[in-house]
Amino acid sequence: MAINWFKYAAPTTFYGLAGKMIPFFAWPAAILFVIGLYIGFFVAPTDAVQSEAYRIIFLHVPASILSMFVYLIMAGYAALGLIFNTRLSSMMAQALAPTGALFAFISLWSGALWGKPMWGAWWVWDARLTSELILLFLYLGYIALHASIEDPRRADRASALLAIVGSVNVPIIYFSVKWWNTLHQGATIKMSGTSMQIAMQQAMFAVLAACWLYVIAITLARVRSIILEREANTQWVNDLPEVKQTNGRLS
Amino acid sequence: MTPRQKRLWFIVAGVALVAAAVGLVLYALKNNVSLYFTPTQVFNNEAPQGRSFRIGGLVEVGSLQREKDGLTAHFSITDTHKTMPVVYKGILPDLFKEGKGVVAQGKLETDNVFHAEEVLAKHDENYMPPEAVDAIKKAEAANAAAAKPGGSSAAEKPVAK
Repeated sequence: MAINWFKYAAPTTFYGLAGKMIPFFAWPAAILFVIGLYIGFFVAPTDAVQSEAYRIIFLHVPASILSMFVYLIMAGYAALGLIFNTRLSSMMAQALAPTGALFAFISLWSGALWGKPMWGAWWVWDARLTSELILLFLYLGYIALHASIEDPRRADRASALLAIVGSVNVPIIYFSVKWWNTLHQGATIKMSGTSMQIAMQQAMFAVLAACWLYVIAITLARVRSIILEREANTQWVNDLPEVKQTNGRLS
Repeated sequence: MTPRQKRLWFIVAGVALVAAAVGLVLYALKNNVSLYFTPTQVFNNEAPQGRSFRIGGLVEVGSLQREKDGLTAHFSITDTHKTMPVVYKGILPDLFKEGKGVVAQGKLETDNVFHAEEVLAKHDENYMPPEAVDAIKKAEAANAAAAKPGGSSAAEKPVAK
């Protein structure tokens, strides 16, 4: 059976497909969030050294991981858009940016809240914290650059370049705790396994999976809005039942 | 080459060049990117002299002493090779403990003591419930006892806490 994948690369067909897919990601995301946070706050044991404050990792670690992954995916879509001139890829990159920025912010903010009682400082200029801050600025810069150029196709190309160049920062964030002396601790989850108690792991991986599903659902929802915005003058958009209804009400 | 392939190679080459440039810059700034110096580096005169810098390592076990004012603390930071005495007046963070990681900012004075203005605790990557920590300590003590021929290790040497 041959599926014509390029059919779904057209905004016209993807709009409907995305709308159908959203519930399949949004609901599992919500359920996993509840399960993960329940295990994290009520089942997982207290930490021997940090007592209750360690529970920030159930939010902090998934947010940090996602902030890096989302950036790589965004840069990948931006590169696809540049190379193949596909409109949908650029729209996907644009749709991912706010979510990535949100996760980078949550990572920095929750880390600061944890850092004050544990380290004794809200913020230190160590390599891990600084490179994550640069990641947040890259996201904000991408969003700002895209918004500042009127023509969406030109905006796509300019901001794609920024996104691609910025992807160099992601491995720096990840390896910063290995390459330099930092205050931030090393990786707990390694390829060789992890040094964590099992309920703590379950909670963290449940929230991590929930965050992944949330990213997919929210990006699909956002890309639908972007499609409508950019194709507002086309016939197929005006023929959509939801658009017809709204237009009818307005006039 | 088609325009697509051209663009692809342009991007690949661009990213490789930027990565190389950033890598060289970071390598050149290696000492500035690192948050702290180890005691060994300080003894090798790699740390800046006469101005403030950070020193990091483990708090040497048995080195912590508090003065009568309750605020001033004396301890040593070690990287298991060299050891640096530190004096600090202020509140130590909750995670500050002998045998655990610490980063102190301050100046090395002429008395060869590091006068810290700020002390931060460095946490390791292990998360464990208290029972697991107890179990590990017991296992370690049992191993130490088993390793010594003739039994009772406690009489010769106190078991490390």
